[in-house]
Amino acid sequence: MFITWSIIQSALELGVIYALVALALFLSYSMLNVCDLSTDGCFTLGCAVGSVVAIAGHPILALFAAMGACMLSGFVTAFLQTRLGVESLLAGIIVNTGLYTVNILIMGKSTLSLNSTETVFTMMKSALSGTPLVDYYKLIVGLLFTAVVLVLLLQFLNTRLGLSIRATGDNADMVKSSSINPAFTTTVGLCISGAITGLGGCLLGEYQKSCDINMGSGMVTIALASLIIGETLVGNRGTIPLRAVGVVLGSCLYRVIVAIALRFNLPASALKLVSALIVAVAIASPQIKKLIDFQQKKMALSGRSFYRLMTLFLAILTVGCVVWAVLLPVSRALAVLLAVLCLAAAVWFALADRKVRGGKVC
Amino acid sequence: MLKLTNVSKTFNPGTVNQKTALDRVSLDVPDGDFITIIGSNGAGKSTLFNAICGGFYIDEGLVALDGENITYKPEYERARYLGHLFQDPMKGTAPNMTIEENLAVAYLRASKGRHSFLSRVSAKEREMFREHLAMLNMGLEDRMKNPVGLLSGGQRQALTLLMATIVTPKLLLLDEHTAALDPGTAEKVLDLTKRIVAERNITCLMVTHNMHQALELGNRTLMMDSGHVVFDVSGPERAKMTVEDLLEKFSVGTGKEFDNDRILLSTVQESGPEGKK
Ligand SMILES: Nc1ncnc2c1ncn2[C@@H]1O[C@H](COP(=O)(O)OP(=O)(O)OP(=O)(O)O)[C@@H](O)[C@H]1O
Ligand SMILES: [Mg+2]
Repeated sequence: MFITWSIIQSALELGVIYALVALALFLSYSMLNVCDLSTDGCFTLGCAVGSVVAIAGHPILALFAAMGACMLSGFVTAFLQTRLGVESLLAGIIVNTGLYTVNILIMGKSTLSLNSTETVFTMMKSALSGTPLVDYYKLIVGLLFTAVVLVLLLQFLNTRLGLSIRATGDNADMVKSSSINPAFTTTVGLCISGAITGLGGCLLGEYQKSCDINMGSGMVTIALASLIIGETLVGNRGTIPLRAVGVVLGSCLYRVIVAIALRFNLPASALKLVSALIVAVAIASPQIKKLIDFQQKKMALSGRSFYRLMTLFLAILTVGCVVWAVLLPVSRALAVLLAVLCLAAAVWFALADRKVRGGKVC
Repeated sequence: MLKLTNVSKTFNPGTVNQKTALDRVSLDVPDGDFITIIGSNGAGKSTLFNAICGGFYIDEGLVALDGENITYKPEYERARYLGHLFQDPMKGTAPNMTIEENLAVAYLRASKGRHSFLSRVSAKEREMFREHLAMLNMGLEDRMKNPVGLLSGGQRQALTLLMATIVTPKLLLLDEHTAALDPGTAEKVLDLTKRIVAERNITCLMVTHNMHQALELGNRTLMMDSGHVVFDVSGPERAKMTVEDLLEKFSVGTGKEFDNDRILLSTVQESGPEGKK
């Protein structure tokens, strides 16, 4: 069969583990309005610390050690931007760069293997052995951690401190005039989001039984893509708990999409481009929509339709991609993907064009 | 209560844009005073407020509140005793949070120590918020779960006023807080301000561009120009002053014509044929 349950299952396993990183960004990006670019290094740091401690024989302690180390990294990022006046994006980049060396130092080499190490996953496996649930032990561990983090995070966001963190992202002036130091709330927020990222990294290392110095690269974009998919799923007018659950679902959905793409023989390296596109298009979409509307208005003055022009253009592109997929033996999967995207966009423009025309006739 | 001694502030010192916005200003505000402040554009009224609330640190001088020197206290610490409203209704509230959540953040001023940080809003507090909102007479008490971004400018400014006074401040600073609202709403917010200030006997400084308002409200009027307080009137002398007297005092005090488009506009409107109240 093309898509089997076991493929979906491992996609979901990855989805719930990566959901932790998406939840961390939900706190730092959606709530605190800080784009924390140290996420990549922080994720690897969590994995590195966790793996070293697990290899030393303490799989549970590994989780806390990873969280502690990443909390510290979050603190440094926050300190740079709140106290030393380093621009927030730059603070993340600086910490991310520094973490590479730190991670190498911790790991001692660029990859670690946890093949014969006891981890929370192997512990769950032996705890469940003999029961019908044993096949799902990885999913259960992932779900357990994500659910606990989700519940604690939601509880936290409802406390006064959590409310102040949300207010800091929404209107820092208002926080100041409510006698709270925004530097303090930013620091707390980044420490917590760092800890959650680190937990995600540690779990992933234990899950795939290895830790690689480059495993975190692109993590921030991937997590943002999951976050955006999730927030789109529930709509941005949703309540905070709904949005947080949406983020977890978004992460799972993202991994399912990835699994399907891999079945289409899309090279794994293409995935980063796809996530980058998702994030860029999603964040740019309000502006793109404005531009399209503006062009349409402008051309409508001279009796032409921008929508129709775009439909035509995209239709030609679609045909081009199909030709490529059929005739050229390179990157067929990519061509199919592009063809589908172009077709979808063409249909969207065609519908918009019809709507405008319909309006004119009436 | 509030005591400013020789407060000076220069923006962009040493550049061509150097601007002395406050020049050795001294001011003594006794408990319970309600002072209105007028002055031309760029006179330093907002800068004076920022010096008091800690938006920046002053270059020279002292700021003392209730005998305590607060010159070098950061803004967020001063906010425990000070309420500050701006002209822009968007500045004082968090748009993506609900009315209740906004009030809860503002109410943090009442909490002592860090332990209460991890507690949630209690049912008792929610009830208190509801009662306060009901006093605004805007129906906001039934919309506590709505995000503040959905409210009108006037509603937002009324809510900001409530947030600034939900824990009674020692001093309330109002910087043309009704100027961005339409006349009807402005009046409503102003009435609310009067009521809250009177009921709780809050010491208050209010910048206004409306000369009638400046003489009508409160018990003392200051006029500012180029970083100085050029005129300070209270008591019987103020009671018999008219807007014309005030304008004349200004040209005598500064040797130039009064220059504030908003004030002149409002003066013209209100003394026009039908506009006179
Ligand atoms: N952050 C700043 N940087 C540089 N110059 C400033 C700054 N804030 C105020 N100024 C300057 O200081 C002077 C006083 O400004 P201020 O805002 O206090 O005037 P104002 O009396 O409130 O005027 P308005 O009636 O227009 O609100 C102005 O000349 C202004 O250009
Ligand atoms: Mg001003």
